[in-house]
Amino acid sequence: MSKPTNIMLVGVGGQGIVLSGEVLAHVLVAAGHDVKKSEIHGMAQRGGTVRSDVRFGAQVHSPTIPPGAADILVAFEQLEALRHLPEVSRGGLVIASTERIVPTTAHTGPHPYPDRVMARIREAGLPLHEVDAPALAIKAGNPRTAGTCLLAALSWHLDIPEDVCGRSLREAFPKKILDVNLRAFDLARSATRP
Amino acid sequence: MLLSGNEAIARGAVEAGVRFAAAYPGTPSTEILETIAARTQIPCQWSPNEKVALEVAFGAALGGARALASMKHVGLNVAADPLMTLSYTGVNGGLVIVSADDPGMHSSQNEQDNRHYARFAKVPLLEPADSQECKDFLLQAFALSEEFDTPVLLRTTTRISHGKSLVALGEPVSLEPRDFVRDPAKYVMIPAHARRRHALVEERLLRLRDLANVARLNRVELGDNKLGVIASGTAYQYVKEACPDASVLKLGMPYPFPDRLVRDFAGSVERLVVVEELDPFLEDHVRALGIECAGKERFSLLGELDPASVAAGCSGRERAPAPKPPEDLPLRPPVLCPGCPHRGVFHVLRKLKVIATGDIGCYTLSVLPPLQTMDTCVCMGASIGAAHGLERALGDASRVVGVIGDSTFVHGGIAPLLDIAYNKGTSTVIILDNRTTAMTGHQDHPATGRTARGEETFRLDLAALCRALGVEDVRVADPYDLEAFEEHAKTALANRAPSVIIADRPCVLLDRSSWAGAFTVEEELCTACQRCFQLGCPAITLGAEGPKGRRKARIVAELCTGCGLCAQVCPAQAIKPPSGDAS
Repeated sequence: MSKPTNIMLVGVGGQGIVLSGEVLAHVLVAAGHDVKKSEIHGMAQRGGTVRSDVRFGAQVHSPTIPPGAADILVAFEQLEALRHLPEVSRGGLVIASTERIVPTTAHTGPHPYPDRVMARIREAGLPLHEVDAPALAIKAGNPRTAGTCLLAALSWHLDIPEDVCGRSLREAFPKKILDVNLRAFDLARSATRP
Repeated sequence: MLLSGNEAIARGAVEAGVRFAAAYPGTPSTEILETIAARTQIPCQWSPNEKVALEVAFGAALGGARALASMKHVGLNVAADPLMTLSYTGVNGGLVIVSADDPGMHSSQNEQDNRHYARFAKVPLLEPADSQECKDFLLQAFALSEEFDTPVLLRTTTRISHGKSLVALGEPVSLEPRDFVRDPAKYVMIPAHARRRHALVEERLLRLRDLANVARLNRVELGDNKLGVIASGTAYQYVKEACPDASVLKLGMPYPFPDRLVRDFAGSVERLVVVEELDPFLEDHVRALGIECAGKERFSLLGELDPASVAAGCSGRERAPAPKPPEDLPLRPPVLCPGCPHRGVFHVLRKLKVIATGDIGCYTLSVLPPLQTMDTCVCMGASIGAAHGLERALGDASRVVGVIGDSTFVHGGIAPLLDIAYNKGTSTVIILDNRTTAMTGHQDHPATGRTARGEETFRLDLAALCRALGVEDVRVADPYDLEAFEEHAKTALANRAPSVIIADRPCVLLDRSSWAGAFTVEEELCTACQRCFQLGCPAITLGAEGPKGRRKARIVAELCTGCGLCAQVCPAQAIKPPSGDAS
């Protein structure tokens, strides 16, 4: 049986990773895949690192991505991209937002916020799709649509028919934020064409 | 439909014809009752704690309703008292208890394995392995509960509760209505009655074991006979991924342990491995049958399994080292939010150098740098009992403070506060009243004055309650006002009588419209002393270079809620309120 495809979304609590994972999973179900999704609620969301695993394929068993087996890492924040880099499999891909959120530990602890994050990802030998999600989101009309901009970049790497994608996106977003997110998706999709 | 295990259990409650549900919030169980409240018509409630939730659910079952009580693993410790005897009384309408365990302690103080409770209480145990089974097993649990006249324990783990997978929905079952039937010999557990009921419990277990041997809840998936694996719950999913060719005995009903089924399965494979998270619950049962197997010598007793550790354990090979993040990165632990009202309290307590006995909630995060002001965290309510005990040992309550949240106080803090007053203690207790159960995602409780569905109701007056418990020195103080709060704390600590300070400030996430606008750092005035960094506020970050290469402070406007704490600790008056605000 073919192995499932593993997409790992990472970032900082409060960035909307859980909602983006939800939207992604919904689109994949609409495209006819078996889908499993796993993340941690509770303490992890108080500004800490957040990780959401989305797996799809003909049949998915484990709800979590096995260690080091992420096919695509979608990072909502640079430091978290670097932190989760070892989770990406050989031949995998990194989609990383240019967003930087500095944790308080960077000025009270031993390690400062790293510079050259994108360069370090490239040096690891992984293809990197850098997305200026914060700027795209502001252009779309709401900085909180950055996650949707990353999903748009991701959509180039998933084989999902355009009509299925459009329809399921409409179903996936809460009504209140639907329009601005659709705008963000369209804008970011054309801006991130590989 | 893609549902989390918790959402699927809520859906199962609809399909099973559940007529009452009660819970106390606790990760990873919270969304069960939240979903029931938000998306169904089932009468439901947050109870003050899990013991009450189970007792009320029992009453509903007694009245003929199918009733559900859900809680996190440690919640079942609180509800263990009724559970143990409800096993004896049995039920009328079905009664199912969901225990959501947390291997790996993503948001818990221990990782106890609640499968033991099934054996301890002598009740059947069901363990779903995905969302579909969460829903389907709940229906089966209710059927079992009524057929065998027993409470049933449905145990999930974090990955099952919070993992999402596809669910095919069913139609609600139609049920014969049941009425309350008076039966003191069954429900009044005086010793004479209980002795007879215990015999029935033992006999019931044997009948349940017969069922477990043939029930479809337990199934053999025949593969290669070289390797046979026994697994349940999320471990089953890891086995299917790691060893797709193995024969698998999947136990959806692991207790009472299906002895004949296991014996037959063991006889049909060359090598038997038991795969389970945490304790060797299944393995001990297998070995007790005299069957050789591999188990915990290959799998950790700690934390979660994953497909890689299961693959290694089943094959007997060394596991490839787990990927490690680069070592030069700053950690990003969970932190108190910008504007969190708890921050001011712990800033003051750190300054006063007290021993702070802590409790369960967001405020436990104050143990981490830079606040580092929490000395204990055990279970709900323990902050208050431990403070009293410390006073007894040290002979002095003037340097001990118990710190507890509002929801946690209602859950388990009332009795220990009474204990202090009754036993002539003089300890000081701070109730962090942020008007919500914040950690689990803002659930209401008796002191918020709103029900699980957000309806207005009686609101518990915490100050009046503390006075009624015998604490005369009750103060209400604003944790955003550091100077005043410190004065209150000093006076309360010096008081040779029990005292309570209610730190009165809603969770900053409850109402964004209350945010006062961002403070700013005037760069010329900032001396780079970095004292404001010691508040651990995520909105305060590194700014321009200052004297001796030290960096000045900068406030991230998008994160700042305008609580003003940093301005109060700044010795150079360099931090200014939003313009137009003269305060």
